[in-house]
Amino acid sequence: MNVGLSIPTLTAPEKAHYVADFELFNKNGATAAPAWVRQLRRQAFDRFAEMNFPTMKDEEWKYTSVAPVVKLPFRLASKYPGGALSKTEIETHFFGQPGWPRLVFVNGIFSTELSSISGLPKGVLVKCLEEALKENPEWVEPYLGKYARLNDSIFTALGTAFLGEGAFVYLPAGTILEKPVHLLFVSTTEKEVTVAHPRILVVAGAGSRGAIIENYIGRSAQPYFSNVVTEIVVGEKASLEHYKLQREDEHSFHIAATEVYQRDKSTYSGFTLDAGAQLGRNTHRVVLDGSEVECHLNGLYIASGKQHIDNHTAIDHRCPNGKSFEVYKGIVDGRARAVYNGKVLVRQAAQKTDSKQTNKNLILSDLATVDTKPQLEIFADDVKCTHGATVGQLDENAIFYLTARGINRQNAARLLTFGFANDVINRVKLEPVRAELEAELLARLETGSHTK
Amino acid sequence: MLEIKNLKVAVGGKEILKGINLKVNAGEVHAVMGPNGSGKSTLAQVLAGHPTFQVIEGEVTYEGRNLLEMMPEDRAKEGVFMAFQYPVEIPGVSNAYFLRSAYNEIRRHKGEEELDAMEFLKLLRQKMKLMNTDESLINRPVNEGFSGGEKKKNEIFQMAVLEPKLAILDETDSGLDIDALKVVAAGVNNLRRPERATVLITHYQRILNYITPDFVHVLVDGRIARSGGRELALELEERGYDWVREKETVSAGA
Repeated sequence: MNVGLSIPTLTAPEKAHYVADFELFNKNGATAAPAWVRQLRRQAFDRFAEMNFPTMKDEEWKYTSVAPVVKLPFRLASKYPGGALSKTEIETHFFGQPGWPRLVFVNGIFSTELSSISGLPKGVLVKCLEEALKENPEWVEPYLGKYARLNDSIFTALGTAFLGEGAFVYLPAGTILEKPVHLLFVSTTEKEVTVAHPRILVVAGAGSRGAIIENYIGRSAQPYFSNVVTEIVVGEKASLEHYKLQREDEHSFHIAATEVYQRDKSTYSGFTLDAGAQLGRNTHRVVLDGSEVECHLNGLYIASGKQHIDNHTAIDHRCPNGKSFEVYKGIVDGRARAVYNGKVLVRQAAQKTDSKQTNKNLILSDLATVDTKPQLEIFADDVKCTHGATVGQLDENAIFYLTARGINRQNAARLLTFGFANDVINRVKLEPVRAELEAELLARLETGSHTK
Repeated sequence: MLEIKNLKVAVGGKEILKGINLKVNAGEVHAVMGPNGSGKSTLAQVLAGHPTFQVIEGEVTYEGRNLLEMMPEDRAKEGVFMAFQYPVEIPGVSNAYFLRSAYNEIRRHKGEEELDAMEFLKLLRQKMKLMNTDESLINRPVNEGFSGGEKKKNEIFQMAVLEPKLAILDETDSGLDIDALKVVAAGVNNLRRPERATVLITHYQRILNYITPDFVHVLVDGRIARSGGRELALELEERGYDWVREKETVSAGA
């Protein structure tokens, strides 16, 4: 029986293709990375091998089955070039702002040709992670892998095992980014079923200010899997806006872990959009590890057809006088299912915390489902915390009000749905991004089936 | 313009209107008065097409067409406007956007060209001047966070923009202070034209000090118990609705 005893976990059939690709990845090119990176990858891979893919018996995955992700033999996208992207085509994804500094990744691979980082303030680094690991490892090492922990999830472990492609953004102390940094990930896989593991590290130095856009777009012929890990450090008195826009192809899978770490008096404003993918899951964690920290988390998810969108957020108040404000809204149509789980933890030291969390869902079809669970855990005694969740349908009185003014029922429903989402979209401070999201929402409401 | 014949209406199986007859000609202002629960608001809502109400019997003709067969939006496009007793809040949709949508639906229906955002803003500004409306109103979400008075004024502002042929005001005067009442009354008077008509539903005589009706009808228990001229409202003010009720009982018994 010694056959069965040899490396038992690694032979698990659903991991075989990852094992094969990891061997290739390690042999080919990846060796150029510093020793600590190679060690981190190896550690991560070992963790991945030991862990099991979650099932719906796991509390964190109670309403979301990753079975389709586990079942498909995803191969590493960087080994299988997909369809080419012309400059003209890529430009349609720039929010009409070709002047914004950007890094473009096609099927997980950095494209020098499509990227442009001119006009950045002195000292600011925006570069692909592989390059940063070669040229500025001392700036990366203190942060990379320190916030997205391998034990958090098998997907974080997997992503870290293949750590390489991705983006590094560094704002030195006191710098102000006038233009947002746009990180654009486009998938164009054609023949193979592929996976990319984008890794993003953003370090905002003390007193710096800036905005980052993480933008996922798909136009692919095959199912693909984006397994994203993002780490963000917001230094003392720094202020960072972070937009994560997920508009992947309808047959794709998008699983992302976003780990944010905030120091004293910093402000982090996160906005998450989920409009694409057949299965989308965000785990968005913010640690308020300093006093007088302010955190805003806003999210909008739009699911129709058979889409499944899951947002797990966690806000961890560790120090006094922190503020966190969270608003997530969902529009769920067709046979789609949306999951929201929002945790707010107020530790004993986090006195005078002011926290407000809201999740509102609009269900447009009898077959759509929403599971929402706001959770509040408070260990400090002098705090102001509220939370609440609603799941509702369009208000018939409001529909009548609009029809009584000459607007037909279908348009009335659209207008109300748009209005429902609008207050979250209005929290997007970058005007060109907001305008695009508004236009897309209106277009989607126009074509979608919104009959009851 | 509007002719209601023997209209009987129920809500949840309970008969509220028990045979209403009313004829409104172009150029006229009719006040429909009555105590709480008499069916005044039901009448307004049925005319606007609210789906909760079931018409059991009777007919309503508007400009020669069967009004009851028309969808609420088609009634609006044909010039019927109801000012809501309880205007609904529409978060996230600005007054300007909402009104332009409504205005353009009506224009399209008439075969006229739609107005773009700039052109419509011009029109809104004119109407705001006319109605003495605060500019900030147009960019605020429809009725959201409005006071009771602001909501009612917003209804009248919408009416001024949409210029209906038949305006039905469902207790627009209720709960208004005297200044707001004057604004509402001025809005109605501004729209008084030979080709238009107004049905003013009210509990109190007070608004009739500012809007002079051509006819006054008293609705009691789902029927029009009395009709008359302006003086009927004054008589009601003095003697109360019980007076009509008593007369009703006497005449029914006779």
